[in-house]
Amino acid sequence: MNLSDKILPTLSFILLIALWQGLAVFINDNTLPTPSAVLTVFWQEIESGQLPHHLGITLLRLLVSFSIAMLLGCAIGIVLGRNQKLDAFFDNWLVIFLNIPALVTIILCYVWFGLIESAAILAVVINKLPNVIVTIREGTKALDKDLLEMARCYHFSKKKTFLHVIWPQLHPFVMAATRSGLALIWKIILVVELLGRSDGMGYQLHLFFQLFDVASILAYTIAFIMVIQSIEFLVLKPLDKKALRWRR
Amino acid sequence: MSDIHIDIKNKTYTTADSRQHTAISELKLSLPENQFVCLVGPSGCGKTTLLNIIANLDTDYQGEIALGLHHKKPNIGYIFQNPRLLPWRTVRENIELALDSPQPEIIDSLLEAMQLTSIQDVYPEHLSLGMSRRIAIIRAFAINPDILLMDEPFVSLDAPTARQVRALLINLWQQRPHTILFVSHDLREAIALADKLIFLSTPPMSVTSEIAVDISRADRDDETKIESFRQYLLSQHPEIKGLL
Repeated sequence: MNLSDKILPTLSFILLIALWQGLAVFINDNTLPTPSAVLTVFWQEIESGQLPHHLGITLLRLLVSFSIAMLLGCAIGIVLGRNQKLDAFFDNWLVIFLNIPALVTIILCYVWFGLIESAAILAVVINKLPNVIVTIREGTKALDKDLLEMARCYHFSKKKTFLHVIWPQLHPFVMAATRSGLALIWKIILVVELLGRSDGMGYQLHLFFQLFDVASILAYTIAFIMVIQSIEFLVLKPLDKKALRWRR
Repeated sequence: MSDIHIDIKNKTYTTADSRQHTAISELKLSLPENQFVCLVGPSGCGKTTLLNIIANLDTDYQGEIALGLHHKKPNIGYIFQNPRLLPWRTVRENIELALDSPQPEIIDSLLEAMQLTSIQDVYPEHLSLGMSRRIAIIRAFAINPDILLMDEPFVSLDAPTARQVRALLINLWQQRPHTILFVSHDLREAIALADKLIFLSTPPMSVTSEIAVDISRADRDDETKIESFRQYLLSQHPEIKGLL
């Protein structure tokens, strides 16, 4: 990476902050606080422990629902990808579940199971699951038949075939499902918390909305973006790099 | 292990545009133990289909295959037309994966014989086709096969590389004899390698003729001997001309 590759993103970031500052000064109203005001609120919220508490709870919900959705989705996706009849049979179900609006699933889960934690998790999982299934199913359909034949010919065990032949080919699809999944779950989980939980980021944002406290809303948003970016750089990027080192 | 008997009555498959295509019909073959046998026939005549049937990758056929091993599953090494290496595993890992309990000395000696020791920790995508083909050959040899199937493994190699890999192959085979079934459509290559040539017809495939090659192993490098045998073959067996 040469120098201009680093300078350009930095410059564009500074420009964004400058635009925000300019607009805030120009409007001069509580509905658009300046960057420094937001930063002050951000520190206050961290020091009081409010932000870490609610962010932590949301992250925990994210982790649980994401893990369930990915594990189930990979398993079902592989089965559907390898079995044409099952795939043809369940294809309609997938299309229907893909198209149910997130809000409907959330409301129905709360109505049917009550305003409880498991209903919240279930609502997120149901929203995410069809996406994972479809992505992994396509990956499974694209598996290299030549390599699978080779594995059969050389008497690879089931475990060996999965670990060394199938999984490396599914990896890009799993990563795609992970990225799109994180983005989707982040958005849905806030609505879930807003509608039926008494803690978490969504609940807090709802509170700030009722108080028209834009500075706090923006402070929480910044925390949000920072968490997502660190997941990308600390977890996903290294995983990508490790898995793709064999490529030319 | 004793001789291998292949008797395929009929192999028909449905093509993509849903027509019935008879690939093999009434094909009978006997392979003597530890012989190097070349199958020669026009491209697209169903040789790969035959190898897949012998390797038990294709079970949808009528007929019988007796591999001569009464009590155990035969160890079949298959060198495919493309190397079929796992690109995400190193050269050495690719070889080790084919083995249930890898023995480092055997892999070391095979790598040494194929002059690949220096690249054993490289990923296959960084290698030339000739190197990849040699790795595929090592993988097949490493399992110590009872039968070795080779599907035109030297196609698209330049002549010097092909000659070198052929010499290495014969060398390894003589150290550890087993039955080899080698598919080719290059008559010179087949004469240079085989104990016996089996000529196959256009589909539906069956055996046209079986001819033993009586050139001694020491003379196989001699281009003129190969060429004169080829001329002799073509004059004595006019029926094979149309197949080449």
